[in-house]
Amino acid sequence: MPAEANAETLDFTATEIMTVAASRLLKDGTVCFVGIGLPSTAANLARLTHAPDVVLIYESGPIGAKPTVLPLSIGDGDLALTADTVVGTPEIFRYWLQGGRIDVGFLGAAQVDRFANINTTVIGPYDTPKVRLPGAGGAPEIASQAKEVFIVLKQSPKAFVAKLPFVTSAGYLDGGDARARAGIPGAGPTAVITDLGILTPDPVTKELTLTSIHPGVTVEQVKAATGWELKIAPDLKTTEIPDAGALAALRDLQARTAAAHGQAGGGGEG
Amino acid sequence: MANITPLREAVASLVHDGDTVALEGFTHLIPHAAGHEIVRQGRRDLTLVRMTPDLIYDQLIGMGCAAKLIFSWGGNPGVGSLHRFRDAVEQGWPQRLAIEEHSHAGMANAYVAGASNLPFALLRGYTGSDLPKVNPNIRFVECPFTGEKLAAIPSVRPDVTVIHAQKADRRGNVLIWGILGVQKEAVLAAKRSIVTVEEIVDDLEAPPNACVLPSWALSAVCPVPGGAYPSYAQGYSERDNRFYKAWDPIARSRETFQAWMQRHVLDTDDFAGFRRVLAESMKETA
Repeated sequence: MPAEANAETLDFTATEIMTVAASRLLKDGTVCFVGIGLPSTAANLARLTHAPDVVLIYESGPIGAKPTVLPLSIGDGDLALTADTVVGTPEIFRYWLQGGRIDVGFLGAAQVDRFANINTTVIGPYDTPKVRLPGAGGAPEIASQAKEVFIVLKQSPKAFVAKLPFVTSAGYLDGGDARARAGIPGAGPTAVITDLGILTPDPVTKELTLTSIHPGVTVEQVKAATGWELKIAPDLKTTEIPDAGALAALRDLQARTAAAHGQAGGGGEG
Repeated sequence: MANITPLREAVASLVHDGDTVALEGFTHLIPHAAGHEIVRQGRRDLTLVRMTPDLIYDQLIGMGCAAKLIFSWGGNPGVGSLHRFRDAVEQGWPQRLAIEEHSHAGMANAYVAGASNLPFALLRGYTGSDLPKVNPNIRFVECPFTGEKLAAIPSVRPDVTVIHAQKADRRGNVLIWGILGVQKEAVLAAKRSIVTVEEIVDDLEAPPNACVLPSWALSAVCPVPGGAYPSYAQGYSERDNRFYKAWDPIARSRETFQAWMQRHVLDTDDFAGFRRVLAESMKETA
C-alpha cells in the first residue's frame, strides 16, 4: 500500500484498524505499562506516529523502551538496549506501578465479560480445567493500579462471555461502583478495542457498550460476536479509518519485525 | 566464597531430591544448562519456583522432576502453550503437579521478602481477582496504622536458586547486566545458589552501581558458555526464536518429548554435547 494513497480508498484489515484505533487512544507523553502482543504493537505504533514522547514500560524492567522491531518476548534484548533505564522486576511493580506512576495499563486478554473483567487463567473449573491458559502475569496489579486501562483483543462469542469462568484481573467486578467499593485505586478499563469496534463502560452501570463501530462492520455482526445482549450507544460513531501514514508505519514495523524474528510479533511473557 | 566448579559437581552437591528450587531469568539469562543437568541427575519431588515457567520448566515437569510449581505466568513466549505443563495439570502426566499460582507482583514481592529475611510479602494486590479463592497462600491483613486491607503472601525461600549471568572474576564475583528480572532477589532469598556464567575474566570492569553478586554470597560459579540457550545472554548471544517455535511440536506428544529428551539431554554428557546433538538434529529437520 503506497503511503500517498488517498485515505478514502485505503484497504486495511480488521486487525490493522484495531491496532491503529488502539494506538490513537495513547496520547503523547503518556506513561504506559505495556503488555506483550497486540498492546505492544499498538503502543509502539503510537510512539512511531503521533506520540513520540510516550513512555513505554515493560514488566521485565525496561523504562522508556524504544524498540526498533516489535519484541517477540517481554524480555527481548532490544527493549533493554533502547530503554532510558532498566530496573529489576520487583522495582517495576513496587516503585513504578504500585507507586502510582503509570497513566495507562495496556492489556490483552483471552476473555472479557460485560464489566470488562479479564480472564487469562483457565477455561472450565480451576482444578480440572478444560484449557489451562498461561495465567496472570502482571495483569492483576496493572489492571488495578494504572490510572486507566485499555484492553485490546479480537471479538468473538468465545472471548466476550457473559460470565467468566475465572476473574484473573478486575475490571468493574459486578458493575456500578463495585470497583471503587473494593478499594481498587485506578479508574479501570476505559476502552476495549476490538477488530469490530470500540466498547466503553457506561458511566453509571459500567457495562461495556458499543460506542464506535469500524467502517464496513454491521451492528448485527458485533452483537453476534458478543456472548451477552450487547448494548449499543444511541450516538454510535463510526471509527475513523486508519490514515495512510499510520498504516504505512504499522506495515513497515511489522515487516521489520518479521525480517528480524521470522514472525510479525505475536508475543508472550517469560 | 563461591567454588568455581563444573556444573555437574555443583548440581550434584547443591540440588537435592525434595528441594525447593528456583531457576530464574526473565526471558533473558534463563539457566537452561543447569535445568538439563538437574534432569540428567534425575532429581525428584522438587518444588519448582519461577515467575515465568517456560521451556526449561516444561522439560523438568515432563521428565517427572517436579511435585509442585509456584509461578505467575506459564507459557512458551511468543508461541503458545507449554504442552508438558498443561499435560501435568490437565491429565496428571507423568505425575500430578500441585500448583500455587500468583501474579508477577506477588512473586516479585515474595522474592524481595525472602531476600529481606521476612516471613511474608506485603503488597497492594489481587483485589477483585479470583486468585485468592484458589490459592490459600494469598491472604489479606490490616495495616496497623490505617486499617487498610493489604495482600500478604509467604516469602519465597528456595533451598537453592540457579541463575545464569554474563561473567565472573577468578574469585567468583558475578556481574549481570541487561534485563535483570528477579535474579538478585532470588539468589539472596535462597540458602544455596549456583550461577552459571558465559566466561571467567580477570577483571569484571564493573562500574560502581552495576549489579554484582559478591562471591561470598554465592555457593558455586560454573563456567558454561552459551548456557542460557535458547534464551540469550546480552552481549554474548541472541535469543533463538526458532527453537522456541520448534519446541511446540516436540512437546505436543509425550512420545516425541521423551525421545527428544533422551537423545538431546539424557544421552549427552553436558551442555556442549547437547548443543552438538541439537545442531545435528536441526540439520536433519531443516
